[in-house]
Amino acid sequence: MEELLGGFSLGLFFWQAVLFVALILLLKKFAWKPILDSVNDREEGIKNALDSAEKAKLEMENLQADNQKLLKEARAERETMLKEARDIKNKMIEDAKGEAQEQANKLIQQAQAAIESEKKAAMAELKNHVAGLSLDIAEKVVRDELSNKDKQLKLVETMLGEKSLTEA
Amino acid sequence: MEIPAIVGAGLVVIGAGIGIGKIGGSAMEAIARQPEATGKIQTAMLIAAALIEGIGFAALFAV
Amino acid sequence: MRRKISLKPITLLLLLVTFVSFGKEQEGHGEQKTDQKTEIKEYIQHHLQDSYDFSLFSYTTETGEHKHFGFPLPVILWDNGLKVFSSSKFHHGETVAEVDGSFYKVHHSKIYKVDGADGQIIEDDHHHATNEKPLDFSITKNVTMIMMVFLIMFFMFKRMASAYKKNGGMPKGMGRFLEPIVLYVRDEIAIPNIGKKHYKRYMSYLLTVFFFVWIVNLFGLTPIGMNVTNNIAVTFCLAIITYLITTFSGNKNYWKHIFWMPGVPVPMKIILAPIELLGTFIKPFALMIRLYANITAGHIVLMSIIGMMFVFNNWLGSSLSFLLAFVLGILELLVAALQAYIFTVLSALYFGMAVEEHDHH
Repeated sequence: MEELLGGFSLGLFFWQAVLFVALILLLKKFAWKPILDSVNDREEGIKNALDSAEKAKLEMENLQADNQKLLKEARAERETMLKEARDIKNKMIEDAKGEAQEQANKLIQQAQAAIESEKKAAMAELKNHVAGLSLDIAEKVVRDELSNKDKQLKLVETMLGEKSLTEA
Repeated sequence: MEIPAIVGAGLVVIGAGIGIGKIGGSAMEAIARQPEATGKIQTAMLIAAALIEGIGFAALFAV
Repeated sequence: MRRKISLKPITLLLLLVTFVSFGKEQEGHGEQKTDQKTEIKEYIQHHLQDSYDFSLFSYTTETGEHKHFGFPLPVILWDNGLKVFSSSKFHHGETVAEVDGSFYKVHHSKIYKVDGADGQIIEDDHHHATNEKPLDFSITKNVTMIMMVFLIMFFMFKRMASAYKKNGGMPKGMGRFLEPIVLYVRDEIAIPNIGKKHYKRYMSYLLTVFFFVWIVNLFGLTPIGMNVTNNIAVTFCLAIITYLITTFSGNKNYWKHIFWMPGVPVPMKIILAPIELLGTFIKPFALMIRLYANITAGHIVLMSIIGMMFVFNNWLGSSLSFLLAFVLGILELLVAALQAYIFTVLSALYFGMAVEEHDHH
């Protein structure tokens, strides 16, 4: 301790204090402030640049996402359109088929009706024809029968005999 | 018999040496365990060592 | 770090020069070993002390005449009026200087007033001079070194700052070396210890003290250099500035923690208050002693080992000493930076304690 105090030099302390404080103040004004300020500015600038880059990246990503979304939407729309078209096509085919069927059915029905009526007409004609023929035949037979007097009388008798029986 | 003061100072220096050694050793272990915290450990180590060193000096110069 | 590596070869070269100049000192006294030992001891002691002239090296010729290389410095005394004269009047402490009818003599690197032209220093039982000491504001070798470092730092950092302006915020030349160190002081020393809110106020002091101590320490390792930081007056000055800044920036919390420690019982508070108060003085005191002792011890050991080269005077001992001195020289380079770092870190830590806001209790 004694050695320490003995080694203490007031003059040196004085000069050191004066020079050192002056150095602090001078450097503060001429060096540290401008240096730290410009370093700060630079760091700020770098930070801002990084931030804006990040922002741009984010925007880009957003844009890309948007694009993706649009593409997806477009694809979906195309899909639905195609589906609709297919549906329409199917429906049209279906409709056409149905109509054709109906038409065919109708035609068949008409044809059947026509056939039926033709058949009926033909049957009626046939009946008429047959009736006429039978009538002719009957007329011929009757004429043949009634040409003989005996036969006529006999018939009348028979008929009368029958009549009385049934009435009795 | 009177023990000279320098012996006491020597004892203090031994103590300080052991203390600083322990700090250094622990710091090494800590760094080995967590190499990512090297900077923080080093700073803390230096500060602790410096404080012990101060006591050592005080003893040495009190003689 | 890069700076240190680049400095190594230069410093090594300078160390070699030290050996050479030191060797010159020993010439002509090679015969008697004990003589040599005391001479080495004296040389080391002399090296550690301040001097009134800027002597680079000195030797004694065969005729016993002391030759000094260097130049005198102004001596400024306050002794019933300002007295300024050249230190050449002391003839390297060998003669009494007469100025305006007063006589002064250098004794153990201090100026004392003596009675006459052949006046002697009167010593008491403890070998302390009892002569009157005038107030001494001389520009000694150490003061010259401080001035040199002052100028070097001022112009170096001023240039660095103006390079930023010219270069649009980018460092240039020397600034590229220094900027990482400045940023290191800011990001690794100031901000973690003081905190983001307050650190800006202390940056000027921390940066100045860091570079000052570092550069001064490095100069101490060169042969021309005086080791300024091995003067207690210098480290005392640095420590007292730290102490003053800490004390004046102490907030309510800081003082509360010293005088009325929260969270402990009242009797403990009463016991703790003087201890804490003492602690505020011990902290800068340790700061002062640490720097002083580290540098002084480093110089003594380094110079003793260099001196051993001449004591051994055989190839084995001398080359071993050389190797040891070489390694130690490199270690001292590290210590030069480390001590500057520790001084700055601890100063920052104390400032941080002073401005800390305790909301976490």
